[in-house]
Amino acid sequence: MTGFYTLFQKEWLRFWKVAVQTVLAPVLTAMLYLLVFAHTLRGHVEVFPGVEYASFLIPGLAMMSVLQNSFANSSSSLMQSKMQGNIVFVLLPPISHREFFMAYLLAAMGRGLTVGAGMFLLTLWFVPVPLEHPLWALVFAVAGSGVMGALGIVAGMHSDKVDELSVFTNFIILPLTFLAGVFYSIHSLPPFWQKVSYLNPIFYMIDGFRYGFFGRGDVSPWMSLAIVSAVFAVISLSALWLIKTGYKLRH
Amino acid sequence: MTPAIKVEQVTKQYRELRALDGIDLDVAQGEFFGLLGPNGAGKTTLISIIAGLARATSGRAAVMGHDVVNDYRAARRSLGVVPQELVMDPFFTVRETLTFQSGYFGIRDNAAWIDEIIEHLDLTDKAHTNMRQLSGGMKRRVLVAQALVHKPPVIILDEPTAGVDVELRQGLWRFIRRLNEDGHTIVLTTHYLEEAEALCGRIAMLKQGRVVALDTTQNLLRKHSGCYVDLRLIPDVLPAVLQPLVVAHADGGCRLALNDYVQLEDIMAAIRSAGIKVQEMEVMQPDLEEVFVQIMQNA
Repeated sequence: MTGFYTLFQKEWLRFWKVAVQTVLAPVLTAMLYLLVFAHTLRGHVEVFPGVEYASFLIPGLAMMSVLQNSFANSSSSLMQSKMQGNIVFVLLPPISHREFFMAYLLAAMGRGLTVGAGMFLLTLWFVPVPLEHPLWALVFAVAGSGVMGALGIVAGMHSDKVDELSVFTNFIILPLTFLAGVFYSIHSLPPFWQKVSYLNPIFYMIDGFRYGFFGRGDVSPWMSLAIVSAVFAVISLSALWLIKTGYKLRH
Repeated sequence: MTPAIKVEQVTKQYRELRALDGIDLDVAQGEFFGLLGPNGAGKTTLISIIAGLARATSGRAAVMGHDVVNDYRAARRSLGVVPQELVMDPFFTVRETLTFQSGYFGIRDNAAWIDEIIEHLDLTDKAHTNMRQLSGGMKRRVLVAQALVHKPPVIILDEPTAGVDVELRQGLWRFIRRLNEDGHTIVLTTHYLEEAEALCGRIAMLKQGRVVALDTTQNLLRKHSGCYVDLRLIPDVLPAVLQPLVVAHADGGCRLALNDYVQLEDIMAAIRSAGIKVQEMEVMQPDLEEVFVQIMQNA
């Protein structure tokens, strides 16, 4: 347990030591999105009847921050450690694959949730957002950060260079997040794209999270939870297997 | 007694390259053992397999009787490795680095031992300095310290003195010798053969993934019982029969290589019968470097 806890603590401290870059910068980015979109689309778009667009946007943006930063933490930490060679300090000690996975996962979730919470708390000053089912919101924030933290571990293990990791970030994570209904309800899409959206696991994370705020979403939160849980299980088991076999870690 | 390190029929295949080709090796507890070989001989690969950083294609390795795959926790707890690459985590200070490393090995409160290592390695002034700000030599010391946080009975140092200045090198050897005297088993790879000769009780030489020599340092030096003779003659004309023995000319003289001391007799006879006088003569024993070159050429 001490091995796991120390590795978690190291990963936790790692991002806090550069909090300007890992916490403040993404909060600022999310705030800019909010400012620009909420201002330009005010009065033009009403996704949920009676809900102002800025209010609609906030949970989606908060969740986007949670997801992107969870992914960024585990993936960049692992990739950098491999590039700099200091991953050997973690590979030489008797740390099991489960401890390794849990430490990187929880630290990644910690960063994602910190950024998401920071962004959410800041917006409370500007825009009122209801919180109908806080437990649902919490469940999806935790589950979403878990999925992306675990996916970050897989991406970080696979990537040996910055450009390899940026393929994951720019060609998978970013499009899937943007097309998951952060800025709109998928019901406003043509039927074909609506169907495509149902194939995007991030859609369920954002929709379920938003349900926690407004008490309504595009699909049932139970269904979203089932899908997100299944995705988490698949990615986590893959990550655990990769760590156990030493994929690109132990040659 | 259980060997500190046991390597049995270990092979490692990297696609086309056979990095290790059936290595068998036992290092006894308390030994100061040298692992020598040219670049690409497989030293680091072998160390990586013992440390669990790489997986053997076949064969098995154990540290203090613990299999490095099936019983990896006990094996890794028994082993401290100083890697060849000068790696560090740029986010943390020296003390933080050592505290984390202790934690990875399951040791919670290790401050007293960390203080001791820091002091022995002359890192006291740098304890709160960020790793990024340390010189190469200092980083090397921290790597040694990291390998020692869990007081491992077996310590492997992979070229610990590469690129290190003389003062630090001597300090490092004093410290490592002391660890050996305290009962730690030391395995060392180095390109400085005079270091290996001075420190190691037993030596294995690797070439292209095979052990080509394995013996005590004394035996290795003795087995290659030839010697060198530096001669200055008056007049400076070497008898023709001795010409094939010449390995070098320098400064008005020449160096002959002898397979055995017995040959000295023949050389003197040849010089005498040619009516030449010896102005200066020096007989030199081969050092480990020469033994090494000879073994590598013949292997």
